[in-house]
Amino acid sequence: MAKAALDVKDLHAWYGDSHVLHGMTFHVQEGEVVTLLGRNGAGKTTTMRALMGSGVRRQGEIMVGGASAIDLPSHKIARLGLAWCPEERGIYSALSVQENLMLPPEVRPGGLSVEEIHQMFPRLKERAKSQGTKLSGGEQQMLAIARILRTGAHTLLLDEPTEGLAPIIVKQIGRIIAQLRERGFTIVLVEQNFHFASTLADRNYVVDRGRVIDMIPKHALADNKEKLVGYLGV
Amino acid sequence: MPTVFGIPMAALFGQVVLGCVNGAFYALLSLGLALIFGLLNVINFAHGALYMMGAFAAWLLLGYAGIGYWGSLILAPLIVALIAGLIERLLLSHLYKLDHLYGLLLTFGLALLLEGLFRQQFGVSGLPYAVPPELQGVWNLGFMILPIYRGWVVAVSVVVCVSIWALIEKTKLGAILRAATENPTLLAAFGVNVPLLMTATFCLGAALAGLSGVLAAPIYSVNPLMGSNLIIVVFAVVVIGGMGSIMGAVVTGFALGLIEGLCKVFVPQVTATAVFVIMAIVLLVRPAGLFGKRR
Repeated sequence: MAKAALDVKDLHAWYGDSHVLHGMTFHVQEGEVVTLLGRNGAGKTTTMRALMGSGVRRQGEIMVGGASAIDLPSHKIARLGLAWCPEERGIYSALSVQENLMLPPEVRPGGLSVEEIHQMFPRLKERAKSQGTKLSGGEQQMLAIARILRTGAHTLLLDEPTEGLAPIIVKQIGRIIAQLRERGFTIVLVEQNFHFASTLADRNYVVDRGRVIDMIPKHALADNKEKLVGYLGV
Repeated sequence: MPTVFGIPMAALFGQVVLGCVNGAFYALLSLGLALIFGLLNVINFAHGALYMMGAFAAWLLLGYAGIGYWGSLILAPLIVALIAGLIERLLLSHLYKLDHLYGLLLTFGLALLLEGLFRQQFGVSGLPYAVPPELQGVWNLGFMILPIYRGWVVAVSVVVCVSIWALIEKTKLGAILRAATENPTLLAAFGVNVPLLMTATFCLGAALAGLSGVLAAPIYSVNPLMGSNLIIVVFAVVVIGGMGSIMGAVVTGFALGLIEGLCKVFVPQVTATAVFVIMAIVLLVRPAGLFGKRR
């Protein structure tokens, strides 16, 4: 039986006095692709931030590969093997594409080599010397994903990787996520684009008002389509 | 004797050299301030006190440990950096989540405290520190006489400023520093120990102030108030260059030193205010400074 890459129990999170997560509970097995689906403001991005200890106060239990992360500062959580690709992409304008790519330190062995990354994302090689934020939206998204593959992290948190991108780029991102899954990465995907997410995910957690309200595995998606449409309002 | 606009060449070049020396100190000090402001968002009013402590460290090392100028050039900046590290860890680091004003007030208070302590212990009359024998004397360049030590100060400042610029713009560590200035939260999520980086940056900025202090000791007397006399002009340099801009701090530091020197020759009555007039004009035309970016 596969081990748990990520185990979250009764996770609460606050922005200042504002209580946003109200007991998120979910788990992700090693090598799984899991989505967090939900409407705007449901708490999906806050869950990502809470997992990384980034800008929120949190309480509850977060186990990354069996190690507790709830009391660790952000930089130590990353060293447990958790890597985050934020919703806003976070490409540094003061850095070139290559500098952005090489920025995250190696947290453990086994990451992709720069050559492998350039094979997967040839545009990043062609535009290595450009300013990071001069790339197109799709290229920036690829750079944001590419730079966390180098680090050796085994669990990737991808927050809305298709947001605002053209359909052809969305397809490309989908192919990349499928490739990463084949390589054995564990992936937690936050998506509003249900149709995109459902083709990739093994299991889908539905998030509403800061907690998980349902879990629908891939094989049960067709039978639960109406229920999902109700949850997501799509 | 040849003249330029009626001014003897020797007098003109003498002031140009003096301007370059002043510029060298402005550049080193404003570089440290820019590094600290860029990453920590702290307007470090204690920078002048750190510069003063660098000069005193050299004086004390000579008097009590027999360590001369060359040893002090290495040791004094390290001592100042160590003290700065303690200040950052024990005091400043608790204020990062608050408004900039709190950091400014704390460092202003620290500057007063440190100056007061040194004034109490050493008085304000100034303590002598000799130019090292290797750098005594002058070079006759034909058109002017250049004191070797002043040439040395300018050369060290240029080398240090270019090295720091290269460190920040051309190395992996520099890329991490630039990234930390732009988005430290995300950088921490990548696994970079940002609090340690902030401490190291504060220490580096302080070490530059300490180095300036050692360089200044043989030129100006070692005096508890030497920092506060200089720091206001250095802040003007940082504002003109653009808060947090490395290139801005260095270029503006040397340029304003030179402009001050030339003012002394051509319009001596405005020398003391020239820097502040330039600051006012720059703030009106480019509020973010000559090299700065809007935050």
